[in-house]
Amino acid sequence: MERFSTLTAVAAPLDVPNVDTDQIIPARFLRYPRSAGYERFLFHDQGPDFVLRQPAYREAKILVVADNFGCGSSREGAVWAIKGAGVRALVGPSFGDIFFENCFKNGVLAVVLPREAAADIRRQLHDRPGALVTIDLGGQAVTAPDGTVHRFEIDPYRKTMLEEGLDDIGLTERHEAAIAAYERRRREETPWLP
Amino acid sequence: MAPRTLFEKVWARHVVAEGPGGQTLLYIDRHLIHEGGFHAFEALRQSGRRVRRPDAVFATPDHYVPTAGRAAGIADPEARVRVESLRADTRAAGITLFDLDDPRQGIVHVIGPEQGITQPGLTIVCGDSHTSTHGAFGALAFGIGASEVAHVLATQTLWQRKPKVMRIRVEGERPPGVAAKDVILGIIAAIGAGGGTGYAVEYAGSVIRGLSMEERMTVCNMSIEAGARAGMIAPDETTFAYLKGRPFAPPAEHWERAVAFWRTLPTDEGAVFDREVVVEARDLAPRVTWGTSPQDSVPITGRVPDPAAVEDPVRRASMERALAYMGLAPGTPMAGLEVDRVFIGSCTNSRLEDLRAAAAVVKGRRAVVPALVVPGSGLVKRAAEAEGLHEVFLAAGLEWRDSGCSMCVGMNGDLARAGERVASTSNRNFEGRQGKGARTHLMSPAMAAAAAVTGRLTDVREMRI
Repeated sequence: MERFSTLTAVAAPLDVPNVDTDQIIPARFLRYPRSAGYERFLFHDQGPDFVLRQPAYREAKILVVADNFGCGSSREGAVWAIKGAGVRALVGPSFGDIFFENCFKNGVLAVVLPREAAADIRRQLHDRPGALVTIDLGGQAVTAPDGTVHRFEIDPYRKTMLEEGLDDIGLTERHEAAIAAYERRRREETPWLP
Repeated sequence: MAPRTLFEKVWARHVVAEGPGGQTLLYIDRHLIHEGGFHAFEALRQSGRRVRRPDAVFATPDHYVPTAGRAAGIADPEARVRVESLRADTRAAGITLFDLDDPRQGIVHVIGPEQGITQPGLTIVCGDSHTSTHGAFGALAFGIGASEVAHVLATQTLWQRKPKVMRIRVEGERPPGVAAKDVILGIIAAIGAGGGTGYAVEYAGSVIRGLSMEERMTVCNMSIEAGARAGMIAPDETTFAYLKGRPFAPPAEHWERAVAFWRTLPTDEGAVFDREVVVEARDLAPRVTWGTSPQDSVPITGRVPDPAAVEDPVRRASMERALAYMGLAPGTPMAGLEVDRVFIGSCTNSRLEDLRAAAAVVKGRRAVVPALVVPGSGLVKRAAEAEGLHEVFLAAGLEWRDSGCSMCVGMNGDLARAGERVASTSNRNFEGRQGKGARTHLMSPAMAAAAAVTGRLTDVREMRI
């Protein structure tokens, strides 16, 4: 997986709260393999004035979003579509739990900032369409177009996975002895389970 | 030992290892898969890995399956490929499949409990956000993405961060005419579509304890609509009675031991939750949604809210957008709103009791708009037919279909047209969920049935049943 370190890029503001995964990618596209190019489906049914269709944001690699972004279904296609379109990071006050997890599995950084901070960055992006935002994963900081620096928290595991571009199945396989021991104990305690 | 919650007990039992950054490697007891699993099988193939515990995986096609004319096969070639890949992938791995021609086929969240695969104290995952359904048995059950599905297939474990725990108590006596769907829609309206984000929810209180297993599943099913990945209800005699004798439930020789274990699971007196919410039963009523988020519901006696009365500009803008999409004006009474179509089904409301509730309303009446009834599984369909429910639906002019996700998500082609208003027992009223431009109103099976025979959103309490 692609590594993530520091990103300075055009950011697009999405002001609507509760953007669900059906909006991000309508269900009818999920039948295609990822190789079909999920970016074609990103926000497919949104109108021509949708923010990502505006020329100023076409090169956006960062989305600055509102509350509960990515709520709804577990479809990882939502993240594939976002990543396929070149977006590497999301910044917002809160995310749907499953979507949030899916982002990190795909090397997309989801940054949680206080509601006011995210709203302030979105305001700046509306005022200066095409303005740049910087995300420094190592330093755990987002720099807004006006230079304001917002620190963010990220758990060290997720950070390392992103920085090193790791796949966690490989990591888990190192715990094989513990998994096997767990299964032996489980067979004794709950013999009715396979 | 300090008093512990139901969630904490199930979590603690499944810890395989503690990892870096507060991550825990959890053992997964049961993994349910559907056609969407093809992404994960593909990822496994690419990395040269195999399925570690095929005996812990159960599969059924549900999202892409036709609900009519099934004997003729699947006409849509891409949908057919999805079902065929599930067949091939499960066969190659030695995974139990309830295939299209098997009477046990159905919506994955209906058949897990029905087969006794779902049990108290287990960890259960599925690549579907409504996996929270299985929490009705006191299991820790949650939806996962395709990468996590691949991870579980390969290792039978999952890295998780421990969520916070919220208890939602519904206290008092459930008023007549209030369905489990109304309980959960009321809860979501109270805490919001993001109110449960980061939490596992335990539902408790006298109303919850009085629910049947099928009703509990309806409540837990929609936990994710409040943002909570998992919703749980403590197992009790209702749970044990439901499970006894089911094919994958503990067999007779282990039954007593299993029940004894299950009795240890309920939250201890004095256990502390990160958040507690109390909902008064007397405030509950049959509800319908007016907007495009499951939090947007009001009692059927209510009106479309007015965005102008909302101070928060973000919330106001999102309400205005929702009303534009829904084609509704502020202040319009919900009751009397004309509908074009009715859908009774989905993992939320497609079980036998749901079908009984709907049949009781349409009995002796005629549907005035197209209405689909889609049972949750082949066995639900069979049981309903044994009671003659299908005859009630057919006589009333409703369509009686084969089991699947159908118009909840429309991936099999069961869709509403743009601009059509749908009275639906499903779980999501998102924009485009039931078809591009389709307008979904969520409600209980009895309320949807009432809409079918009146052509309007109708307070089912005012109908003679």
